[in-house]
Amino acid sequence: MSFLNRLRALAADPDFCSGARDMASPSLGLAAWGLVTGVAMVKSGLSIPLAVGMSLLVFAGSAQLTALPLIAAGAPLWVLLATAFCVNLRFVIFSAQWRNYFGHLPARDRLVHGYFAADLNFVYFVKRYPDAQPAPGQQRYFWGAVAVNWPTWQTASFAGIFLADRIPTHWGLGFAGVLALLGLSYSLLVERMLWWVALTAGVVSIATYSLPLKLNILCAIVAAGAVGWWLDSRRSTR
Amino acid sequence: MSEAMTWIALFGLAGVTVLTRGFFLIGEKPLPIPDWLRELLKMAPLAALVAVIAPEVFMTPEHHVITTWQDARWPAAVAATGYYFWRRGILGTILVGMAVMLPLKLGLGW
Repeated sequence: MSFLNRLRALAADPDFCSGARDMASPSLGLAAWGLVTGVAMVKSGLSIPLAVGMSLLVFAGSAQLTALPLIAAGAPLWVLLATAFCVNLRFVIFSAQWRNYFGHLPARDRLVHGYFAADLNFVYFVKRYPDAQPAPGQQRYFWGAVAVNWPTWQTASFAGIFLADRIPTHWGLGFAGVLALLGLSYSLLVERMLWWVALTAGVVSIATYSLPLKLNILCAIVAAGAVGWWLDSRRSTR
Repeated sequence: MSEAMTWIALFGLAGVTVLTRGFFLIGEKPLPIPDWLRELLKMAPLAALVAVIAPEVFMTPEHHVITTWQDARWPAAVAATGYYFWRRGILGTILVGMAVMLPLKLGLGW
């Protein structure tokens, strides 16, 4: 079958289309987030090729935004990667769920699915297939959603990159990236105990800021984890 | 970071994306996740995000905690926080924060 015919077949496929349709509904919010990430990348000092490369390679908004101040400050590579890993740990939890759906695929396919499985993909996929087991049409649904998610994100991100180039740096538009992360953090505060985790992380990060190599970030994560651990164990023993 | 070093960092970050999104998809056999690990995995992203944000809001570029209230970032963060807990939307949180920051920064020079 030629490439065009295959595209036509996909466009007519009901599972592919419903994946694409589901992903279209939050795409405005996704585009705004991509735009902010694009602006923040350039305003934190990345050159245009680097910003475009980051968008295409990394494809993870929160990890990108988190990495920017660390790159600007010249943090060592391992601190940068460890911090991004922590921010991305939610995906590790998601991947345990993806395993139930895609565990039977060959290893390469599993990893490709994983790479494209962003937050929204997970939310809509699990909503559509609440039974955590393989079913016909799942992969076409998955790729339908990716076919909207990926281009929306990249287009918005590129728009932000080229827009940011025309706005003076002293406007401080890069701060929009910090505000985006702030909103994301608030959305993670689903339990009372997590407020103490967040407060600890913030205070320790500032208090240990003078440490070299941006180690304050790792200190803050470890301290916050310890506080959370302690609160958790106190709750379960009562 | 130099341009070349930043490219290396970007490939590393792409590796982090693959590793985390595919974490439990990598092995041939499914791995069990103990409950305590699940709990810890829930806290770490929040801690990492706040650890990066807090200095960006409350510290000067010279690495001191801000001592003046004439800094556009904290009113922006306060306004954004207010909006978030009122409406729970991240997009509005960004817009409100920027709407507070820009006039203070460009108008008053904070």
